[in-house]
Amino acid sequence: MSIIKYAVLLVLLPVVAQAQDPAHDHSGAVYNAVRLETGYTWHDGKDVAQWDIDGWVGGDRHKLWLKGEGEGKNGDLSLLYSRNIATFWDAQIGVRQDIGDSDHTYLRAGVSGLAPYFFETEMHVFVRDDGAVSARLRQSNDWLLTNRLIAEPSLAVDYNAREDRALGLGTGLTEAEVALQVRYEISRRFAPYVALSHTQKLGSTRDMAQMSDKPTQETVASIGIRWLF
Amino acid sequence: MKLAILAGFLMWCMGITVALAQPAPVRDYHLTIARQIVAIGGKPVSKITVNGTIPGPVLRFKEGDEAVIHVTNAMKSEATSIHWHGLLLPGLMDGAPGFNGFKGIAPGETFTYRFKIRQSGTYWYHAHTLGQEADGLYAGVVIDPVQTDTINVDRDYVVLLSDYHQDSAERILGNLKKSSEYYQYNRRTVGDLINDARVQGLGKALKSAKEWGKMRMLPTDLSDVTGYRFLVNGMDQSWTGLFTPGERVRLRFINASAMTMYDVRIPGLKMTVVSADGQPVQPIEVDEFRFGNAETYDVIVTPPDDKAYTIAAESLDRTGFALGTLAPRAGMTGEKPTPRPRAILSMGDMNMELMMHDDPYMDMSAMDLTSGWTKTGAPEGAKVLAYGDLKSLTPQTDLRDPTREIAVRLGGNMERYIWTINGKTFDPKHGFTLGWNERVRLTYVNETMMAHPVHLHGMFTQLENGQAAADRPNKHTVIVPPGQSVSVLLTANEAGDWPFHCHLLFHMASGMMTTVTVAAPDVAFTPPTQEKVEKAGGHHEHH
Repeated sequence: MSIIKYAVLLVLLPVVAQAQDPAHDHSGAVYNAVRLETGYTWHDGKDVAQWDIDGWVGGDRHKLWLKGEGEGKNGDLSLLYSRNIATFWDAQIGVRQDIGDSDHTYLRAGVSGLAPYFFETEMHVFVRDDGAVSARLRQSNDWLLTNRLIAEPSLAVDYNAREDRALGLGTGLTEAEVALQVRYEISRRFAPYVALSHTQKLGSTRDMAQMSDKPTQETVASIGIRWLF
Repeated sequence: MKLAILAGFLMWCMGITVALAQPAPVRDYHLTIARQIVAIGGKPVSKITVNGTIPGPVLRFKEGDEAVIHVTNAMKSEATSIHWHGLLLPGLMDGAPGFNGFKGIAPGETFTYRFKIRQSGTYWYHAHTLGQEADGLYAGVVIDPVQTDTINVDRDYVVLLSDYHQDSAERILGNLKKSSEYYQYNRRTVGDLINDARVQGLGKALKSAKEWGKMRMLPTDLSDVTGYRFLVNGMDQSWTGLFTPGERVRLRFINASAMTMYDVRIPGLKMTVVSADGQPVQPIEVDEFRFGNAETYDVIVTPPDDKAYTIAAESLDRTGFALGTLAPRAGMTGEKPTPRPRAILSMGDMNMELMMHDDPYMDMSAMDLTSGWTKTGAPEGAKVLAYGDLKSLTPQTDLRDPTREIAVRLGGNMERYIWTINGKTFDPKHGFTLGWNERVRLTYVNETMMAHPVHLHGMFTQLENGQAAADRPNKHTVIVPPGQSVSVLLTANEAGDWPFHCHLLFHMASGMMTTVTVAAPDVAFTPPTQEKVEKAGGHHEHH
C-alpha cells in the first residue's frame, strides 16, 4: 500500500516545484481555490456530519489537487497532480486514501473538466492496493434561479470490474446517485444549502443487497454551508 | 572690407554652431511611488500613490524636450515600474520589466527615465508590474506641440477616468481564478430563459441557450469584474472644470481604467473630436463615443449657457458612471444622467469561424445576428463616434502595401480565466519578429465574447478603418469587438522588444500578451513564410 503512495508523491514533488511559471512581473503567479462543503444529514435516526472538499493550488497548466468526501469518520482523500490537456480539460493522476473503517489505498487517474452545456464532469478510475479496479463518473450543472439562488443537480455513477462480496459489490454498474443541491450565495465565499440525494443500487450489486436484506436504495436530505477559500 | 565680410561669415557660422549645439530643454520630474491607505467611498484600503495622490501628477512636456524623470520606489517589498503609454522612445525607457533590459525598480531604488519627446498630444503613464496599475499607479501626460498649437482653446482639462475597487488587484485576480464568475451577478437566469421564450418563442430561446451552452460561453460577458467606483481625475463624482459661457474648452479624455470601457457623453453639448490616442484627427462632431481602456481622445466643447453640464461616462456593463461637471462656478451640479439598459450579447457577437468550425451545418436563420455589443443605447439620431470616422489630420507618410500579414488571434477560456494570443499565454521567449522598417498588417481576430483593447508599445499602428490610405488614423490601442476582426498596418521602425497585449489588466495578467520584436536597422532578417489569416465577422457582410 505505501509503495504506491510514496511512488506517487515522488512523481508529484518536482512537478509542483515546477508549477510556478517564470516570473516576469506580468504572469506566472500561483493561484489556489478550495471549495468545502460542511453539512449535516440524518441516517437511521442519527445525526451524521458530512464533508466534501475540492481544492487546488498551481498555475494554468499544472495543479496539485486535493479531493475528498465523507460522512462522520469515514471517507476518502485524494491527492492528484492535474495537468491541463485541452481547453476545458485536465488529466489527473494521484493517490486516494480511505480513512475510517476502510484503510485501502488506490491509484487514481482520470479527467476533470467542463463538458459542453456547462456540465462539470469528472471521470476517474481507481486501482485498489489489492488490484481491484473501479470507476466513477460524476456530472453536475448549475441552474441559476436567480444570480444568487442556484440549483445544482448532479448525477454520479459507480462501476466495478470485479465482484467483491466483502463490500457487497457486484460487477458492472453498482450504484447511481441523483442529487439536487439548492444554495443561496450570500457571497461566492459563503453559501448555505439544502440538498436531497437519492442513491440506487444497480445490477448484481442490487441483487446481493436484496439477498442479504439490505436496502437497495436510500434517500437522504441534508443542510450545510458551502465555503470558497 | 574683405576682412569684415570674413569675420561676419565666421560669426554667422559660429552662430549656427551655437544653435546646433544648444541642448534640448530639459524637463525634470521627480516621482515617488508609495503604498498608502486610501478611502474612496468605502473602507480604507492599501493603494499605490504617485507623489501621494491617485492619480499621480499630470506630467507636461513640449515636443523636443529632453524628459528626465526620476522615479523612486518607496514601497517596502514590491518592485515597480512606469510605462509611458503611447510615447515613442528607446526600449529601455519604455518601462516594461523583462523587456529591453529593463529590470523594474526595486524597493528603495530610483530609476531615471531619460528620453527625447518626439511627439505631442495626450498620453498617460502607468505601472507595468503585476496589478499595480489597478492599485492606483496611473496619471496623464500632456505634450504641447513644438509649433503653436493649431487648436485654440480658452481652457484645457485632463479628464482621466479610472475604476476603483475595494479589493486589491492581486485579490481580484485570485478570485477570478477561483471562479471566473466571482464578480458576475448579471448572468442569465432560468427566469430570463422563460422571458425569452415568451418574447421570441420557446424554440428560438432554447436554440440560443443551446448554442451558448455548446460553446461554453456566457452571453453576459460584458465585464468580468464588478464592484467598481468610477472616478474622474481620482474624484468620486465631484470633479469640476470651470468655464465662462461661450469659451472653447479642450477635454483630454484618458481611460486609465483597469477593466472598464465607457460610453462617454455630455448631455446638452456636442463634442468635436480633434485627437485620438494623442494623434491629431480631422475634427468630427459627435454626441458620444465608446471609450476603450488605455485610449485617449481630445474633444472640444463650447458650453453656451450659464449652467452646469454633466460629463457622463457610463460603464459598458451599466453598473455605474464616472461623473464630472463643467460649470461656470464651483459647487454647481448638472443633471444626473439616466442609466441605460445593459446590452445583451447575441449570437452576432460570436466568432462565426469558430461556430462554423464547431458545427458546419448550423442553421443560423433563427438566430439574432445583430451584434449586442454595438448597441450603445444612444437615442435615435445621436452621432456616436465610430472608428471609421477617424481621419488623420496630417497625411500618413508610409503608404506602402504590407509585405506580410500576421494573424493575432485573441482567445481565451473564460471558464478558467485564461486569456491567450494565438492559443498561447504569455511566454517571454515567444512572439512576433519583424525586420527593420518592415511593413506588416496585423489582423486581430477576436474569438472571444469580450471586447479586447489591444495595445502595442513603442509604435503607432495605422488603423485600417475604411478611410483612404493617407487618412488612416494612428492608434496605440485598438478595440477589437467580440467575435470581430480589425486590422492595422505597422511600419516597424522602432528597434526593440515591444510588449503587445490586451489592456484589460486581468486579461494581460492571465496570459493575453506577447512580444513584437523589431530588428535593428543593420540586422539581416528573413520573414517567415506567409500565413493565411482567417478573418472573423464576415457574416456582417450578408446583412
